[in-house]
Amino acid sequence: MNKKLLILLILVCFLFSVSAASAEEIKIGGVACLTGAAATYGASTKNACILAFEAVNAEGGVDIGGTKYLINYIFEDDQGSPEVAANAFRKLIDQDEVVAILGSVMSSCTLAGAPIAQDAGIPVISPTSTAVQVTLTGDYIFRACFLDPFQGAVVATFSTNDLKAKTAAVIFDNANDYTKGLAESFKESFEKLGGKVVAYESFADESKTFDFSAQLTKIKSANPDVIFLDGYYSAAALMAKQARGLGITVPFVGADGWDSAEFTKLGGEAVEGGYFCNHYSPEDPRPIVQNFVKKYTETYGATPDALATLAYDAALILIDSLHRAGSMDGAAIRDAISATDLECVSGQITYNEVGDPIKKAAIIKVEDGKFVFQKFVQP
Amino acid sequence: MDIESVSTTGHCLLQCPVVLYKAVKLFSTKLGKKRKMTKKQLYDSMNNNILTYNKLTNWKKYLFISVIILFFLFVYILSFGTQAFFQQLVNGIQLGSIYALIALGYTMIYGIIKLINFAHGDLFMFGAYISCFLGNYLVAHNIGFPFIIVLIFSMFVTALLGMAIEKIAYKPLRFKPRLAALITALGVSLFLENFFALSPENVPFPLNKIVFGPKYIPFPALIAEKVYNIGGVTINNIKILDVVITIILMVGLQYIVKKTMVGKAMRAVAFNKDACLMMGINIDNIISITFGIGTSLAAAAGTLFALTYGQLQSPYMGIWPGLKAFIAAVLGGIGSIPGAMLGSYVMGISETFATSINSNFGYSIAFIILIVVLIFKPAGLLGKFTKEKV
Amino acid sequence: MKIIKNIINLIKKYYKFILITVLVYLLFQIFNGSIPIAPRLLTRYYMQIIMFALINIIMTVSLNLINGFTGQFSIGHAGFMCIGAYTSAYFTTILFKAANMAYFPQLVLFIFSLIMGGLVAAFAGYLIGLPTLKLRGDYLAIVTLAFGEVIRSIVRSSDEIAAFINQIGLVKFSETIAKLNGPRGLSTIPALSKFWLVYIICIISVIIMRNFIYSTHGRACLSIRENEVAAETMGIDTTRYKIIAFSMSAFFAGVGGGLFAHVLRFIHPENFSFIKSIDYLIYLYAGGMGSITGSIIAATGLTILPEFLRVINFQQWRMVIYPLFLVILMLRKPDGIFGNREFSFLVPKKKEVN
Repeated sequence: MNKKLLILLILVCFLFSVSAASAEEIKIGGVACLTGAAATYGASTKNACILAFEAVNAEGGVDIGGTKYLINYIFEDDQGSPEVAANAFRKLIDQDEVVAILGSVMSSCTLAGAPIAQDAGIPVISPTSTAVQVTLTGDYIFRACFLDPFQGAVVATFSTNDLKAKTAAVIFDNANDYTKGLAESFKESFEKLGGKVVAYESFADESKTFDFSAQLTKIKSANPDVIFLDGYYSAAALMAKQARGLGITVPFVGADGWDSAEFTKLGGEAVEGGYFCNHYSPEDPRPIVQNFVKKYTETYGATPDALATLAYDAALILIDSLHRAGSMDGAAIRDAISATDLECVSGQITYNEVGDPIKKAAIIKVEDGKFVFQKFVQP
Repeated sequence: MDIESVSTTGHCLLQCPVVLYKAVKLFSTKLGKKRKMTKKQLYDSMNNNILTYNKLTNWKKYLFISVIILFFLFVYILSFGTQAFFQQLVNGIQLGSIYALIALGYTMIYGIIKLINFAHGDLFMFGAYISCFLGNYLVAHNIGFPFIIVLIFSMFVTALLGMAIEKIAYKPLRFKPRLAALITALGVSLFLENFFALSPENVPFPLNKIVFGPKYIPFPALIAEKVYNIGGVTINNIKILDVVITIILMVGLQYIVKKTMVGKAMRAVAFNKDACLMMGINIDNIISITFGIGTSLAAAAGTLFALTYGQLQSPYMGIWPGLKAFIAAVLGGIGSIPGAMLGSYVMGISETFATSINSNFGYSIAFIILIVVLIFKPAGLLGKFTKEKV
Repeated sequence: MKIIKNIINLIKKYYKFILITVLVYLLFQIFNGSIPIAPRLLTRYYMQIIMFALINIIMTVSLNLINGFTGQFSIGHAGFMCIGAYTSAYFTTILFKAANMAYFPQLVLFIFSLIMGGLVAAFAGYLIGLPTLKLRGDYLAIVTLAFGEVIRSIVRSSDEIAAFINQIGLVKFSETIAKLNGPRGLSTIPALSKFWLVYIICIISVIIMRNFIYSTHGRACLSIRENEVAAETMGIDTTRYKIIAFSMSAFFAGVGGGLFAHVLRFIHPENFSFIKSIDYLIYLYAGGMGSITGSIIAATGLTILPEFLRVINFQQWRMVIYPLFLVILMLRKPDGIFGNREFSFLVPKKKEVN
C-alpha cells in the first residue's frame, strides 16, 4: 500500500511541473553549463542574457506586431554533457513551450540539442559553439560567434602580415575538436599565404597532459619564427612556461581560448608579448561596447569576457528578430534572424545562408599582465 | 624522413617481434603436444627439468626483449639524434620519479591488504592542494625554507587523511569479500574528487572553505628556477630536486621496511595476515601505519608534481597519474617494493619516448605495456605469482 | 505446421506476460497522446527520458551479467557502448543513408546495424577477456578501465586512422572512416529509435539474459562467483564461462549503445567516458548484484531522478552523493538494495520431483 502511494505521489509531482504561459509574456529558453569544468562559461552566458532581457523588460518588453511582451527567460543547466543538453532542449521545447532558445555553450551540447529544435521548428542561436557542423544541422540553427576556420585564418593572417613570420609551429590538443579545427585551418591559411608550417605537434587531451617537453623539444629543433599555442588558457600557459624553460624565445600566438583573467596569472613572464585573437575588446571605443562593459561590471562586478559578450549579442539579435518578425511563429523568426543586420558589441553582424555570422575579429596583445587591444582583422 | 613515416614504420616494426615471439611460442607448445610420451615419462621429465626449464626460457625471454628494446632505441637515435635522446631520457627519469612515489604507495597497500586503493590518486591530488595553500600562506608571510615545511606538512596531513579513510571505509570490510572493498575504494575515490571539485559559490557555509573548485590554481614558486644546459640538454634545478627527493624517500622507505621492527611487522602482515593475528601483532596499527606511509609518499609526489609543473589543473588531476603509477606497479610486480621502483622508471622513460614519436602512442603506451605484461608475465618483472590455496 | 503449433503453445504458456507488456505499452501510448483517450500527460520530454531509462535498463542488466552473476569487476562498460554506438551509426549514417530510405528497409537496416554493433562489441570483449580473465579479478578492473580510454582514444584519432588507411590504398573505406569525425562528434544520425522499437528490444534483451542466467551456463557463472576454486575443482572451465559471460554482456552493451546513438542523434567520444561507466556501476550496485529486478528498478529510478531534481539545482551534488551512497551501501549491505531477490515472474518455477 505504501509503495503504491509513493508511486502515485511521484506521478502527481510530475504533473505539477508542467507550466503554462501567462498572457502578455513570451518565453525564451537558455541552455548552458552551470556546473562542471566549464562552469564559468555558463555563468557568464546566463548573466549576460539576463542583463539583455532585463533591459528590454524595463522598457515594457519586446514589441511584436504592436503588442509589448515581457520576456520570461527560462534557463536550464546542461552540465556540459550532450545527453543532459538533449533533455534540457526537449524540456524547454515540449514542457515550457519556448519560442526560441539561446544555447548552448559547448559545441557538443548544441549538436545534441539542435536536431530536436530543428524538428520542432524552434530557432536556436548558439552564442559560442564554434564547430562547423552546428549550423549545418538545419536552417533553424544559427550562431553568434565566428567559426574555427575563420579564427585560424585570422591568426595566420596576423602572423604573416604583422609578425612577418615565414615559418610557424603549431601545438594543439588532438582530442578536442575546437583546437584541432583551429590547427588545421591555421596550417591551411598560413601555407596559402606563402609560409611554411615546420612543426605540427599534438598532445592527447589537455586535461590529462601536463608535460609538453617532448613536443616542445621537437618544435625547438625545427626553429620556427612563431609558435601557435593552440589550446585553452591553462594548457597554453603551461606550454608557454615550459617552452621558455627550454630556451625558446620566439613570440607566441593564440586564439580565443586564451581569453581568461587567469591566463596572465598562470603564465606570468612566459606569456608576455603574446598575441591572441578574440571576439571583442573591452577597450573598443564604440558606445555600445562601453555601455555594455559598464552595465555588466556594475551588475556583476567583473569585466565581461568574450562569452558574456557573445551571449549578449545573441540576445540582442533575438530581440531584434522578434521585433522584425512581428509574430511568434518559428519560421517567421528564423527568416528574421537570417535577415539580421545589426550593430552588436562584437561588431556589425549579418548572416550568410548557412547561419554563420559575418564579422571581424580583434587581436589582443598581452602586455604587463593585461590584455591590450591591437587591431581588428578581416582576412 | 618525416615524423609520420617514422612513426608508422616504428609501429610496424614494433608489431613484428611480438607476433614472431607469439608464433614461436605457439609452435613450440604444439610441438610439445605432438610428442608421444607416456604419462610417467612426461611427469618424470617435467620434474627433472622443471628448474632448468624455467631458467632456460627466462634468459631467452629476457635476451629477446632486450634485443627488441636496443633495436628500438637504435632506430630512435637514428631518427631524432642523440641530443634529443638524452633530453627525453632526462625527462623520462624525472617523470618516472614522480610515478615511483605514487606506485610505492599502491604496492605497499596492495601487499598488505590485497586491495587496489583507487583513492590513492586522489590522495596525491590532496597533497598537492594542501601544499599549494600552505605555500601561498608561507610566501605571503615571507617565511624561510618554504619548500621543506610545505613538503613535510602535506605529507603529514595526507597521511592523517589516508589513515582516516582506512579506518572508516576499508577496515569494516577487511574480512569480507574483496569485491566489496574494491567497490568501496572506487566510491571513496569518486567522492573525494567530486567533493573537492564543487565550486565554492554553490556550496553552503561550512563546506565552502574546504572545497577547491574545478578550476586551475597556480602553484606558488617556492624555489627559484635555474636552468642548466649540459651539452645541449636543458635541465631545470626543480627536475633534479624531484629525482633527489625521490631517491631520499625511497632509501628511507627501504630502511624502514628492512631495518626496523615496524617494517618487519609490515612484511609479516603482508606475508600472512592470519598468522600474524595469532602471533599477537596488532594488525590494525600496522595496517594504519602502512597506509600512513604510503599516502605520505603520494603527497610528496603531489607536491613535487605541482612544483615542477607550476599549476594544479583540477581536483581530477590525480586520476591519470594514479592510473599510470598503478600500471607501473603492476609492471614491476605488485606487492614488491623494488618492483614498483623499477616499473615506474621503465614506465616514465617509455612514456616520454612514446610521446615524442606520436602523442596518441604516448597516451596509450601505458595500456599497451599493461596488456603486454598481463599476457606475458602477469606477476610483473620482479613479482611472484602466488597460487591461491584453499 | 509444427512451427505454428510451437508458437501457439508458447503464447499459451506465457500469455500473462505478453498481455502485461502489451498493456504497459498501450498505457504509455495513451498518455503520450497517440491514442486519444486520456489527456496528454507524457510529453515528448518524458518519453525521451523513458527511452533513456529503457536503454539504461539494457546496459545495467548486461553489466549485471558480468559483475553480479559472474562476480567479476568490470568497470569499462561505456567502452562497449561506444563501440556499439559508433558501429551502428556507421551503418545507418555513413554507409547507407538511412534517412533517405522508405520505412520498412529503414527498420531492417536499423536492426541489422544494432546487431552488428553488438557483434563488434562482443568481439572486442572477447579480445580483452582472453588474456585477462585467466587472472585474478583485480586485473580485469584496470584492464577494462584502460580499455574504455583506449577505445575513446581510437575514435578520437579516426582522422589519423583514415589517413593511414588512405595511404595503404583503400581510399573509399578510408573516406568512410574519416566521416566518423573523431573529436568533432558524429551528428545527423537519423532518429530511428522509435519508442516501440526500444521497448521491444529492451524486453527481448532482458528475456535473453534472464534465460541465460537460469540455464546451465548461468549456473556455472553463479558457481564461479561463489567460489572460483571450488568451481574449477568441480570441472567447470571457469575461463571459458567467464569469457562467454563477458562477451554476452559486451554484446548487449553494444546493442544498448546503438539504440542510444539513435535516440541522442549525436555521439561524441566524451559521451562514453569513465563517468558513464561509473553511472552504470552505481545503478548496478544500488539495485543489487545478482538481481535483474534490482537492476531494472535502479536503472529506471536513477535515470529519472536527476531530471526530477533539476528544480533544486541538484546536478553538482549528484556525483558527490552517489559515491557516498555507494560506500555506505557497501559498508552496510554489500548485496545492494534488492540483494538477491527478484520479482516472482522472473524466477522459473521449480518443477516438483516425485
